Amino acid sequence: MSDLVTGRTGDWEVVIGLEVHAQVSSNAKLFSGASASFGSAPNENVSLVDAAMPGMLPVINRECVYQAIRTGLGLKAQINLTSVFDRKNYFYADLPQGYQISQFKDPIVGEGSLRIVMADGSTRDIGIERLHLEQDAGKSMHDQHPTKSYIDLNRTGVALMEIVSRPDMRSAAEAAAYVRKLRSILRYLGTCDGNMEEGSLRADVNVSVRRPGGPLGTRTETKNLNSLRFIQAAIDYEVARQIEIIEDGGAIDQETRLFDTATGTTRTMRSKEDAHDYRYFPDPDLLPMIVTQDEVDALASALPELPDDIRDRLMGEYGLSAYDASVITEERDTARYYEAASDGRDRKLVANWMTVELFGALNKSGKSLENCPISPEKLGELVGLISDGTISGRIAKDVFADMFETGKGAAAIVDEKGLKQVSDSGAIEALIDQVLAANQDKVDDYRGGKDKLFGFFVGQVMKESGGQANPGMVNQILRSKLDGA
Amino acid sequence: MSDLLGLNAVAAREALDKKAISAVELTTAYLGAAEATAGLNNYVALTADHALAMAAESDKRIATGAAGLLEGLPIGVKDLFCTKGISSTACSNILKGFVPPYESTVTANLWAAGGVMLGKLNCDEFAMGSGNETSAYGPAINPWQGKDKVDLVPGGSSGGSASAVAARSALLATGTDTGGSIRQPAAFCGVVGLKPTYGRCSRWGIVAFASSLDQAGPFTRTVADNALMMTAMASHDAKDSTSTQTPLQDLIGAVGDGVKGMKIGVPKEYVMDGMDSEVVTLWEQGQAWLRDAGAELIDVSLPHTKYALPAYYIIAPAEASSNLARYDGVRYGMRVDAETLDGMYEATRAAGFGEEVQRRIMIGTYVLSAGYYDAYYLKAQKVRRLIKGDFDAAFQTVDALLTPATPSAAFPVGRKIDDPVTNFLNDVFTVPANLAGLPGIAVPGGVTSDGLPLGLQVLGRPFDEASLYRVAGVLEQAAGFTMTPARMAGGAA
Repeated sequence: MSDLVTGRTGDWEVVIGLEVHAQVSSNAKLFSGASASFGSAPNENVSLVDAAMPGMLPVINRECVYQAIRTGLGLKAQINLTSVFDRKNYFYADLPQGYQISQFKDPIVGEGSLRIVMADGSTRDIGIERLHLEQDAGKSMHDQHPTKSYIDLNRTGVALMEIVSRPDMRSAAEAAAYVRKLRSILRYLGTCDGNMEEGSLRADVNVSVRRPGGPLGTRTETKNLNSLRFIQAAIDYEVARQIEIIEDGGAIDQETRLFDTATGTTRTMRSKEDAHDYRYFPDPDLLPMIVTQDEVDALASALPELPDDIRDRLMGEYGLSAYDASVITEERDTARYYEAASDGRDRKLVANWMTVELFGALNKSGKSLENCPISPEKLGELVGLISDGTISGRIAKDVFADMFETGKGAAAIVDEKGLKQVSDSGAIEALIDQVLAANQDKVDDYRGGKDKLFGFFVGQVMKESGGQANPGMVNQILRSKLDGA
Repeated sequence: MSDLLGLNAVAAREALDKKAISAVELTTAYLGAAEATAGLNNYVALTADHALAMAAESDKRIATGAAGLLEGLPIGVKDLFCTKGISSTACSNILKGFVPPYESTVTANLWAAGGVMLGKLNCDEFAMGSGNETSAYGPAINPWQGKDKVDLVPGGSSGGSASAVAARSALLATGTDTGGSIRQPAAFCGVVGLKPTYGRCSRWGIVAFASSLDQAGPFTRTVADNALMMTAMASHDAKDSTSTQTPLQDLIGAVGDGVKGMKIGVPKEYVMDGMDSEVVTLWEQGQAWLRDAGAELIDVSLPHTKYALPAYYIIAPAEASSNLARYDGVRYGMRVDAETLDGMYEATRAAGFGEEVQRRIMIGTYVLSAGYYDAYYLKAQKVRRLIKGDFDAAFQTVDALLTPATPSAAFPVGRKIDDPVTNFLNDVFTVPANLAGLPGIAVPGGVTSDGLPLGLQVLGRPFDEASLYRVAGVLEQAAGFTMTPARMAGGAA
């Protein structure tokens, strides 16, 4: 168990469960027709229902339900044909109804699982406990006026999926891998844009520590983490804090904590004693939500191929390494790029060029695949030129750099700059004769037993050819001339 | 025509179509009646200009032969309905000054049918009460008086609606019924009131009290008027998730269909201690009228009836405690400033809500709280299913049920207000229908020895309002109820 943490008194096992809030990709909110778009002026996307005007009633947005079902299917989870919306009651200025409509006892999606891939290529299945739909709250701004708070209700009523994992993760790295994989699946499905900076995806992290194999420890919940880095930092901090308290003879309080992004530490938000009594009860404005098996089947049959399936295919059919396959399938766009670029080409070679050269160049230039100057077809064309011997791998790197710079096609650049590999045996022979004549002393040394000079002759010939001579032919002709004479 | 106020809705429609009267004349007469009976305090806002403008439009449509079902008929609206551009407060201080930018579906339906809006009618605050005594506008008064001339309550919560229809200051009125708030005031004021099947009228735009029980319905002078108004009120509404798509029956036609061959159940549990003997006598009289008209009377049992009231007084406050959370001083209505957000909530809600509303919010919060939910709310929901089961079983053998509408006639203003439990007992015969979602109608059947009206209640199967109108039509005819209240506009007949 390499994930154990060593304290002063021995080893500790870390137990992590995550509650991820993912904003449903939809045009309209969960129970009102108002727009769910991001970045509008304050209170621009607020309907009478969102503002909880007297007599207003919620009406379910069926598309949000379908998005939740798609996500459930993507998590290989149980879809509940009957689910119930409950009211979670509490007072806050950015919660106009005085309650959040959520699903408490009967969520739309039950148990499922999600496979994470670690850096060493090993995999682990993390249990999903449930997924339910709920309304987002609005936003309170306390820094706009010296004595007043401003309220923006644009987010009020936007549909969220709360996805609750089992406490199956054992390290911060696994938690990060879980969120990365979940985000990947959501993006493949198109059910959440996964944009953590805009708050479309945020996580509450439940952490406890215990002696390996011992009973579960008391957990803390750290709320509202909106980056992978913060998730890992909050876990690392909590693990260290909890181990220290226990090793000093103390006990962990079950409480809700906040993460301070400036200091990388967590602090108490509210203790168990102060926990809200949400007085959940079924929302009488809404009937139990019924979906039919036919609806679920139709959604299932229209589901896109998911990253695990693509990864298996890339490894099985194309022979890619576990690492390359994981990197390529993490994002739907990357996988699509790869499929287009490698169509009809050497699949492994394309994977190499993508993961090394293309990702390297994108990283260096700060660009993303979305605005990549090299289209998948052009990358495929470049690899094609390598495969058919038109250019060597070394020349290809120069061509690639040129393509990335100018966006031109590989063949065009090769033509334009005359980079075509020389495979004409007469021309190569002439070059070799020239090199051997100019280095007669070394030819004599070679023939006298200095075998290692062979590489020198190859290098000289390639240099004379401007790198364009076919290296295989140079080798073959040179050997026959030196050894055969 | 001199006696404009004497026309019932069906007669007024005929007179309007024949151009014997104009909508403006009729509306003017009702506005005058409302002024003349202002002492009854049944209006909280009279919208005279608006009414006359609508009436003028009605006259134009009548002239072009485009009259709607309710064309030109003056209607009062319970203040629980949101009416666009017109103050809508649920008779609560917390909504004082609130003017909605939208129109409730039910009132929109009425205006689309040609109805003329007279104004907003008094009711119990947030419809919580049985005597219209919890209103922030003060109590509405029953136009009927006993021999001692003491002011009586009109019932509640739709007390203003019943009072106005009885006093002839509204020809028709809307009400809402959560535990009897249409049927009990109708009985107290000697008018006809229907609580439709849950889901029959849209709840959109009606200030919510208890969402799973609330249902809008009509107050009218006659059964035929009631069927007419109901036909215009009801609609499927995509904006209300609990709104039904079941087609509406021919209600207007059902009124005269009689009860020959119908099986009418008489539930033995609809008696209680302290029940007025005159109520029992009227109930027996009602059974005789139906038997004489060709119905078969059958004794039935609804064994869980006695649990209905306690279950209701858990479920309704539970939902109310959540529904009324939105009145927080943040966005509209009253706000009492304080140092902190919680302080502002407390000050606003303490000042804005009356005593009865506060009581129910506290009860509702309690029964939903951790540790009590199972014992109260969940148990009450189980009781609710048992009560529904009782009715389902009864309706296997009978087509409708006949019961008293209330355990007594109207009581004096102020008599019961200090004793909430006694007040709650007013709803004993009406609450079960709300818990089961069934339609119920109250029809005047006679008067007490003191000269106060008493009503009979008919309950029916879900979405079978037509059977209620058949039975109610027979009862109305047999009762021949022609008495009018002392404090009626235009003087007693």
